[in-house]
Amino acid sequence: MSELLIESFKVMGMGMLGIFVVVAIFYGTIVGLGKVFPADKE
Amino acid sequence: MDLLNGVMSLDLGDGIMFLIAAGLVYLAVVKGYEPMLLLPIGFGAILANIPLAAEEGLRPLHILREIGIGTELFPLLVFTGVGAMIDFGPLLKNPRMLLFGGAAQFGIFMTLSVAVLMGFSLKEAAAIGIIGAADGPTAIFVANKFAKDLVAPITVAAYTYMALVPIIQPPVIRLLTTKAERRIRMDFYEQPVSKKVKILFPIIVTFIAGLIAPASVSLVGFLMFGNLLRESGVTDRLSKSAQNELVNIVTILLGITIGSTMTAESFLNLQTLMIIGMGLFAFVFDSAGGIIFAKVMNLFSKNKINPMVGAAGISAFPMAARVIQREAQIADPTNFLLMHAVSANVGGQIASIVAGGLILALIH
Repeated sequence: MSELLIESFKVMGMGMLGIFVVVAIFYGTIVGLGKVFPADKE
Repeated sequence: MDLLNGVMSLDLGDGIMFLIAAGLVYLAVVKGYEPMLLLPIGFGAILANIPLAAEEGLRPLHILREIGIGTELFPLLVFTGVGAMIDFGPLLKNPRMLLFGGAAQFGIFMTLSVAVLMGFSLKEAAAIGIIGAADGPTAIFVANKFAKDLVAPITVAAYTYMALVPIIQPPVIRLLTTKAERRIRMDFYEQPVSKKVKILFPIIVTFIAGLIAPASVSLVGFLMFGNLLRESGVTDRLSKSAQNELVNIVTILLGITIGSTMTAESFLNLQTLMIIGMGLFAFVFDSAGGIIFAKVMNLFSKNKINPMVGAAGISAFPMAARVIQREAQIADPTNFLLMHAVSANVGGQIASIVAGGLILALIH
């Protein structure tokens, strides 16, 4: 049980870290796309 | 006497399941809670518990279960329709709100650990935790991969709590925020978004998510494919079909098929009660995760964020955003947070799928 619990904490840590890494990449993508393709140039 | 075989075979378990099914139909018809899913699920549960008939007369539903849920086809097709319905515009105009979508997935992982403590295996615990994604198709998809026997209670819990967001979130918000915090105003600047960005966004997101968490590529890919149909501007017919005919037909089949798995033997047990309880726990901690993250951001940010917006980072769209706007107006009738809350809510829709994909990638 304790091993399983430690494993679940690892999944929690890696999962939340992973989400924030992906979210940060998406954020950078949106900001980058906005700069490359500004709406006022259309 | 053969005509009475069915009646004679009725037992207490069937009776309780009929009551549960009636409860789901009641919630759908009278209360209007997620009627598109809870009504077919409720009726499917009635079918599943008619003695003898359930064994002999429901072969079509067994086939649908195999081809629609066993292969994960139904949730993915629903995602195509959902993608075609989502306007990522509010998020693209205000991308900072995506962070709250990430923070509000905390309940998934917290619940996973609690489920392990309660004796579930890691895979079952992950399937239960994903109720906190507040995203029905993701919950079905992950549950089917990790805990096929738990798909029905997990689906019922996910859709029921999604419908109950207006009841679940306000007490959590009031517990974790002061009235002064709930009155914080946030400026909103309308940033126009180009059509090219709207078209490229679903393609790039699919590519990135696929590279980081390959297991998530079907989840993210089908959602983003639907969104590309919407935003491309050249497939209006397909987009409308995905938003209407496709999603409606698959929702009917998905609901009644899930309901048909709710037999007394599989549903009436302590596990189901624990799953229902942990589903609520997941929703509460999702909301709390978003709120606390916003409060932490306020420690470092010059432009203060109303912490309630963090709670809109759950995927239940647009209920969570509406709840935040209502709470903001209760604290200050002249405060408008809806646009920020909608952005966070859309961010939650993406983040919940990413969370599902990461769970699939992290647990083998």
